[in-house]
Amino acid sequence: MEKVNTRHSISRILLFLLVVSFSFSQNLFAQEEAAPAEQEQSASAEGENQEAAASATGGDAAAGKELFNSLCASCHKRYKRSTGPALNGVTDRHETDWLYRWIKNSQELIAAGDAEAVAIYEEYNQTAMTPFPQLSNGDIDDILAYVEQPKPEPQAQAQVPGAGGESSGSGVSNDIILGVLAFVLLLLIVVLVLVNKTLNRFATASGVELPVVEKRKPIWKAFVENQFLVLVTSVFLLLAGGYFAYGYLMQVGVDQGYQPVQPIHYSHRIHAGDNEIECKYCHSSARVSKTSGIPSLNVCMNCHKSISEVADASNPNTSVTEEYSKEFYDGEIQKLYEAVGWDPATQSYTGESKPVKWVRIHNLPDFAYFNHSQHVTVAGVQCQECHGPVEEMEIMYQYSPLTMGWCINCHRETNVKMEGNEYYEKIHEELSKKYGVETLTAAQMGALECGKCHY
Amino acid sequence: MSSNKKYWKSVEELKENSPIVETLQQNEFVGEIPTDEFLGDKESLESSSTSRRDFLKFVGFSTAAASLAACEGPVTKSIPYVVQPERIVPGVANYYATTIADGFDFSSVLVKTREGRPIKIESNKLAGATSNANARVHASVLSLYDNQRVKRPMIKGESVSWEKFDREVSEKLNSVGGKQIVLLTQTFASPSTSKLIKEFSSKYANVKHVTYDAVSENAVLDAFEAKFGYRAMPNYDFSKAETIVSVGADFLGDWQGGGFEAGYAKGRVPKEGKMSRHIQFESNMSLAGANADKRIAVSPSKQKAVLAALYGYVAGGGNNNLPAELDDVVVKAKEQLRRAGSGAVVVCGLQDVDAQVLTMAINEALGSEVMDTQNPKMTRQGNVKELMSLVSDMNSGGVGALLIAGVNPVYSLPNSDDFVSGLEKVDFKLSFAMKEDETAKMCDYIAAAPHYLESWGDIQITKNNVSLMQPTIKPLFDTRQFQESLLKWVGNDTAYYKYIKETWSGNLGGKSWEDALHDGAFNSSMPLETLGGLGVNASSSASKLAQGSEEGMELMLYTNTALGNGEQANNPWLQELPDPVTRVSWDNYLTVSKADADRLELWNENVANGALDGCYVNVKVGDKTVKNVPVLIQPGQAKGSVGLALGYGKREAIQEEMQTGVNAYPLYQNFNNIQKVSIEKAGGRHEFACVQLHNTLMGRGDVVKETTLEIFNTKDKHVWNAVPEVSLNHEEVPVTSPEVDLWDEFDRSVGHHFNLSIDLNACTGCGACVIACHSENNVPVVGKSEVRRSRDMHWLRIDRYYSSEDTFEADNQKKDNFDGLGDSLSGFGELEEAAQEKVQVVFQPVMCQHCNHAPCETVCPVAATSHGRQGQNHMAYNRCVGTRYCANNCPYKVRRFNWFLYNKNDEFDYHMNNDLGRMVLNPDVVVRSRGVMEKCSMCIQMTQKTILDAKREGREIKDGEFQTACSAACDSGAMVFGDINDKESEVHELKQSDRMYHLLEHVGTKPNVFYHTKVRNTSEV
Repeated sequence: MEKVNTRHSISRILLFLLVVSFSFSQNLFAQEEAAPAEQEQSASAEGENQEAAASATGGDAAAGKELFNSLCASCHKRYKRSTGPALNGVTDRHETDWLYRWIKNSQELIAAGDAEAVAIYEEYNQTAMTPFPQLSNGDIDDILAYVEQPKPEPQAQAQVPGAGGESSGSGVSNDIILGVLAFVLLLLIVVLVLVNKTLNRFATASGVELPVVEKRKPIWKAFVENQFLVLVTSVFLLLAGGYFAYGYLMQVGVDQGYQPVQPIHYSHRIHAGDNEIECKYCHSSARVSKTSGIPSLNVCMNCHKSISEVADASNPNTSVTEEYSKEFYDGEIQKLYEAVGWDPATQSYTGESKPVKWVRIHNLPDFAYFNHSQHVTVAGVQCQECHGPVEEMEIMYQYSPLTMGWCINCHRETNVKMEGNEYYEKIHEELSKKYGVETLTAAQMGALECGKCHY
Repeated sequence: MSSNKKYWKSVEELKENSPIVETLQQNEFVGEIPTDEFLGDKESLESSSTSRRDFLKFVGFSTAAASLAACEGPVTKSIPYVVQPERIVPGVANYYATTIADGFDFSSVLVKTREGRPIKIESNKLAGATSNANARVHASVLSLYDNQRVKRPMIKGESVSWEKFDREVSEKLNSVGGKQIVLLTQTFASPSTSKLIKEFSSKYANVKHVTYDAVSENAVLDAFEAKFGYRAMPNYDFSKAETIVSVGADFLGDWQGGGFEAGYAKGRVPKEGKMSRHIQFESNMSLAGANADKRIAVSPSKQKAVLAALYGYVAGGGNNNLPAELDDVVVKAKEQLRRAGSGAVVVCGLQDVDAQVLTMAINEALGSEVMDTQNPKMTRQGNVKELMSLVSDMNSGGVGALLIAGVNPVYSLPNSDDFVSGLEKVDFKLSFAMKEDETAKMCDYIAAAPHYLESWGDIQITKNNVSLMQPTIKPLFDTRQFQESLLKWVGNDTAYYKYIKETWSGNLGGKSWEDALHDGAFNSSMPLETLGGLGVNASSSASKLAQGSEEGMELMLYTNTALGNGEQANNPWLQELPDPVTRVSWDNYLTVSKADADRLELWNENVANGALDGCYVNVKVGDKTVKNVPVLIQPGQAKGSVGLALGYGKREAIQEEMQTGVNAYPLYQNFNNIQKVSIEKAGGRHEFACVQLHNTLMGRGDVVKETTLEIFNTKDKHVWNAVPEVSLNHEEVPVTSPEVDLWDEFDRSVGHHFNLSIDLNACTGCGACVIACHSENNVPVVGKSEVRRSRDMHWLRIDRYYSSEDTFEADNQKKDNFDGLGDSLSGFGELEEAAQEKVQVVFQPVMCQHCNHAPCETVCPVAATSHGRQGQNHMAYNRCVGTRYCANNCPYKVRRFNWFLYNKNDEFDYHMNNDLGRMVLNPDVVVRSRGVMEKCSMCIQMTQKTILDAKREGREIKDGEFQTACSAACDSGAMVFGDINDKESEVHELKQSDRMYHLLEHVGTKPNVFYHTKVRNTSEV
């Protein structure tokens, strides 16, 4: 009894220690969350400072930013060439008066034969700039003030390692606690062994005879001699073995969770998640075709013509994570440019393209016919129902098993969306009368028949 | 009462004591499985190095290896477009209207493309009458993916660039030095091409254009030219015909360009007690003859006399020396023509200007509205006279340059030797060829030509109907079409596409260019050069014809349904398409009448596995001999005549497996399809790949129901189309009544319920449906030796049954009254004789009948075949383990077993064994692998697509939207597919018809395919 008691207390101590350690680490995590928030604040404050400083050069940079974003940003960037030239430094290159005229109506200037204007026009593949006669000279000053702000030094980035250090510091403290605990445990064991040894020694010294344990039959012998037990065990083992063998065999060819490395690291998390791009914007053929279609590269270029890099970590909306840096993502966008043959320097296609060889993830066997449009357009099934939380997937993987049982189950349970579809009107009326129900499952409509998917 | 005619499929069945028929009736599978050879031989068993234990080891190892290998899935790549073309959505088919014009087949077609590759040819309903896609047209999509095509321009066997080619060609053209430059081309029937050739003629001096048709219609062209001043062929609209008299014209085949079956079939379906009457005088058993109400087998020279006599009777004057019996038939025919008034028509297939002049004269005298000379057909332009003068010019060295386009005269000219010797004297020889064929091989310059699916063109099919040809795929190889090259060489920079557009600008029949291109056809015409008719004298023609002598054997050359003129001989679909009449695939052969065969000791026999063998003959015409022609004894062949198909026996630019048959062109002297011939038996035994005797239906009624128009009009349905009755509690009840049913009936009134209607009156047996089914459903080609083993994979077959004519009823009674063995022995002999001369034929397309009570479904141990509520009998290939119980239990014998892997297998080196050929596969249908059963699915992929389209657009489905590949391909309207739960649908109406019956109805399978009793118009005047 006494011994049992002691054991009890040891476990209590251990439990207590565990609880203590957990509450510690909780606190640490909370601190981590707080850190980026502070960072953001400091970053935005810094930005304001900059703007305030720049406004001294003539116009109101804050008002200019607004105008720039609404009118200019679709074709111009401040520090990088886009459809039009990079605007930072434009006041050094051209006279301000000339800029007024150019911005208000560039075509007029070109038609007038202004040498500077014609040169720009030619350089940018004779792309005419939209005239902005509504802008006053003051507005233009504001914009110029904004674009002439010097490129912010990547100070924010320098802060990141600091923040990272902090968080890694908290990791260290966790380790220390664990180490201390392990040490205490070890100490306890040593103490126990020592105590036991000493007690034994005392016992022999004081002549107390320790009871000799009777040598018992080894347990395996007893087990082998008990035939009933052997039988039961073997039956159990056979059944268990059968169960696991079945489980193993049934997963052969089921590629649930298949997550291959793709030639371009395309992040659904960024596109569908962070930027909330509708799935069918890129996978447009899912609406009308049996295949959802991997988007052709020209679809990527709809956006990536002007998005050549991800926002860096200082941006509150950044997509950069610890695992994947800005450089990494920018490199992947470069891969796209290489494949589609886009030269970001001249903003033009080189004509040399090489198709991207994606690794196919969802690979239904040829003998199973599946039609996306039936499910997407007619039934209104959300993409996520089969493909899982794609908007959270950094790397795409197969979410569903895509087995026949999985298909059939859904067909049994899902009600067919019939409202407003003239095709179903008659059949719905007749079938609901026949089965005496108001809603019909896909199975009741005949979606379990072999020939509906196998031909 | 219903017709008691017994149909038979082979001469063999008429032999009273043929053991083969008996054997085949007993056995489902013809060959024994050779187990005894091994197991029965103790010695070989003991000497085998594989012991039982070894065997088990192997099994264990291979099972383990297989399961290990299965654990790791292969990595599949998926490569999207870099820039996706606007109109292409992966997985959705695009359709383009275009036109085939290969010099033999001319038809407006609709091309189904998937991801930019054409996979199927369909009829272009918008083009109206100029759309008449036959089996060859449907198969032409596979010729696009022919491995043997010339891939780039070549000079003396070396591949060169087009720039170099053009440079050398213009050098050569400029240095002919006063000699002729001759363009020897196929019939283009293209106004733009004619205009272009004129430009070419004005650029280079001394240019001549010679048009050459391998199978000539020169006689009718000459006759027409003499009368109207330009070369064309009268058009015929058989839907207006009430009485058709054909003298040797296979107008349901390739006669005068073909394409008449749709109109013909319209008049053949009895409406309000009326249908057309068709009388055929012919020597070979042709498709038209097989469909005729009355067929008179007469030798070709007698046909001339018949025509002359008919002219005499219709136009008056002229006497004839026909035998009384034949004269009587001609008189009766004349009477019926007279009665039909403007619905009367006479057509003639004799290659004789006099005969063609007479035909036109008779039709005019009759006031026929069927014949149309105002809007004649332009699809044959070949001029034999000019061709002959070209050959002599070549031999005399007067030709400096010869540009050949679309024709292969070295193979197909009767006087090919002269042509070859002349060709050697031509300095500059160039061939626009898709393949390195016999002619191209002899030319120094080969201008790689594209397939019609890669080309532009305008085709004046009839004088007022123009069809447009547009590319449906980017050229697969570095090819350039003839017209494009000519434009280059005359120094014109316009693309041929623009050139065509210019030619027709403002003359598109009120359509815009885009609309015309979309529809594929428009009504317009180009002014034709008319020379002014020379005038014809019909009566002198008649007297010339009547004097025809009749001595010895006559050969009638014809083109068969599968290969036509041989242009597409390298097309495995066509090679494996059985001839509708003889049911022989992969061959041509001499058709001989039974009487002549007996006289010449020629034979056919069925060997033990049911395959057909025959002897060889040498066929001699003039000084030309074709050796080792296999012989096929053909019921209905006129005594004293033989037939042989052109288009076979090609040896160049054709895969070894496809080098079938003998080349009959050397016998085609003076482009006349009728020749005096002498036949001499040769040694050897020929093995046919004939699908007859495949399953014996003889002695089983309920297969083809037939009646006469008179009985059909006057008697009750129960007399001529009775539902079989069975005994229930000693009472006779119809087999269709529910109480005799073994199964409970499903409720099929909800949703769609598909039925296919097949009208035996409208079916001409043309075989377009068979090829359409092949291309829609990825049906494999198995090759000659497998077909011979009855392992053909056709999901849809067109059974052909012979019957005896009028006297059969009496014969039948006689047979029933046979008394004793001796009586029956002699009686069967007489019956056989009677059937040979006068024979009737019926065609019956048979595919899976999609029985509601399907016998196959109940015996499948793995439930691989099951029934859908829409009426289709499903077949899940991936579930099938290949027991073949279903095939055994199918009363219709429509299930096909994959004995081998037919794709990616070098043993079956057809289109599915090369990357190019596999491009024709339909991505919506599985390619089956070895060891599974397959059969017609009633094109479930098409019905499902129709349903899905309607669902997506949220609308009801209109009648006519549901189609199968066969029903869509059936121009004659014999096959109608639809939903019988739609009470307004055509198929529902057809199912209520009195003529409706099911195949083998007494079996009680309740098929979803139904037939319409064949009605023959036997009424004499």
